[in-house]
Amino acid sequence: MFKKIYILWLRQLKRYSRSKSRIVGSLAQPLLFLFALGYGFGAVYQKAGEGSYIDFLTPGIVGMSIIFTSIFSGMEIIWDRQFGFLKEMMVAPMSRFEIMVGRTLGGATVATLQGAIVLAIAIVLGGFVPYSWPAVFPAILAMFLVAVLFCAMGTMVASLLNDMQGFQLIMNFLIMPLFFLSGALFPLQGIPKAISAIAAMNPLSYGIDAFRALLINASHYGLPVDLAVLCSVTAVFIFLGSYFFSKVQI
Amino acid sequence: MANIIEIKNITKKFGADTAVNDVTFSVKAGEIFAFLGPNGAGKSTTIKMLTTLLSPTSGKIIVDGHDPAIEPDKVRRSFGIVFQDPSLDDELTAYENMDFHGILYDVPGDIRKVRIRQLLEFVELWDRRGSLVKEFSGGMKRRLEIARGLLHHPKVFFLDEPTLGLDPQTRNHMWNYLSDLNRLENTTIFFTTHYMEEAEQMAQRIAIIDHGKIIAIGAPAELKETTGKESLEEAFLALTGTAIRDEAEGNSANAMRMRMWHGVKR
Repeated sequence: MFKKIYILWLRQLKRYSRSKSRIVGSLAQPLLFLFALGYGFGAVYQKAGEGSYIDFLTPGIVGMSIIFTSIFSGMEIIWDRQFGFLKEMMVAPMSRFEIMVGRTLGGATVATLQGAIVLAIAIVLGGFVPYSWPAVFPAILAMFLVAVLFCAMGTMVASLLNDMQGFQLIMNFLIMPLFFLSGALFPLQGIPKAISAIAAMNPLSYGIDAFRALLINASHYGLPVDLAVLCSVTAVFIFLGSYFFSKVQI
Repeated sequence: MANIIEIKNITKKFGADTAVNDVTFSVKAGEIFAFLGPNGAGKSTTIKMLTTLLSPTSGKIIVDGHDPAIEPDKVRRSFGIVFQDPSLDDELTAYENMDFHGILYDVPGDIRKVRIRQLLEFVELWDRRGSLVKEFSGGMKRRLEIARGLLHHPKVFFLDEPTLGLDPQTRNHMWNYLSDLNRLENTTIFFTTHYMEEAEQMAQRIAIIDHGKIIAIGAPAELKETTGKESLEEAFLALTGTAIRDEAEGNSANAMRMRMWHGVKR
């Protein structure tokens, strides 16, 4: 069983490492956000007495690259279906749950790598300094947890769609709102109640808050709350993802 | 001999369309069985139901003692399949596609290595084993697909138009390999094809499906006898008519033209 999950995981990694253009392409957007917004709003942010905006923004942009990469990885099922490879997996002697787990772990590993690359670039080029170097390791574990969550969400969404037609819809009505209403770009303190309430229902808010707790030692909800929410929401989406995936017919 | 496949009153509807309509038949363990029919007759839908990809609207299926709708995991352990349309991972190499398949089907490492080499040599892709599948031509992909399908030795082999687009050499190789498996390991072979000579030569029994219903079943000789025809091709045409079918069974303008053309020819 573990061998099958391992080979599914390995497949995702091989596909990732072979598409150099995809790696570069999916790094371009978060880095643009990081440097354009980071330097653009830096002065205003500092004047407001909040300190370095790049430091505040980096965990948010790490979260951004993770949510994009992991939802897309989950949704790759649609490609596999279109190219026929999904059938090969679906008739093999393993359960739908194993397929889901292998793919999710693979996609989450890829997303975590992307997040770690963004973090590394922020450190090297953006002058970002984690408040504690040993805390970077648990931060990467937290990144993996967030990645698993959104991979499972992507699998669920892909199981409900038949082709890439709905892709724009997902982009504009799921991924973008999750990202913009998460506190990735702005502090959650002192914002209008409605936005604060929406952010509190958004799992990405807790993910990014956990990254901030571990990388810059600043947190809105508190790390224990973040981790408790992330773990339970991840469990729910793994359940939902495998449920809807098990209903997929070709 | 026990039945390895039993299909009882199976119906599959897609919305208002009935793709498979109250079909009943069985296949004995160790049999080579051809499942024939014009395009859109319900062949692929039936195979999908047998291989756990689709669940029937009504009726009961048993494959190797288990119902694919209830115990899909147990059924999946018993069969192998070569699909009609592509199912390779383009971003992996030929070897990786084979290896992936071998691991999914629990083929032990040493046997896997030997068989992958043997099969890739036999479809003449061993020299290209390290190339990504997306660099392959259509014919090479098809050959790789066949080689991959033969990597593990299941109780039942489903082959959905396996020889479509294969050169005669590979086709010949493939059938020799399958006959050996059938003889040595008593593997049941369930295949569809549009080449009637192939069905006549290889199959011990044939079922013909049309418009979702089984219209004839029996040994090739029996089918020829009941229709009073010399060849299976003629028997097939006598049973299913000469009108050309659309894949989707629709009445498109093209199908109408085809029919008219046929009418004029007659």
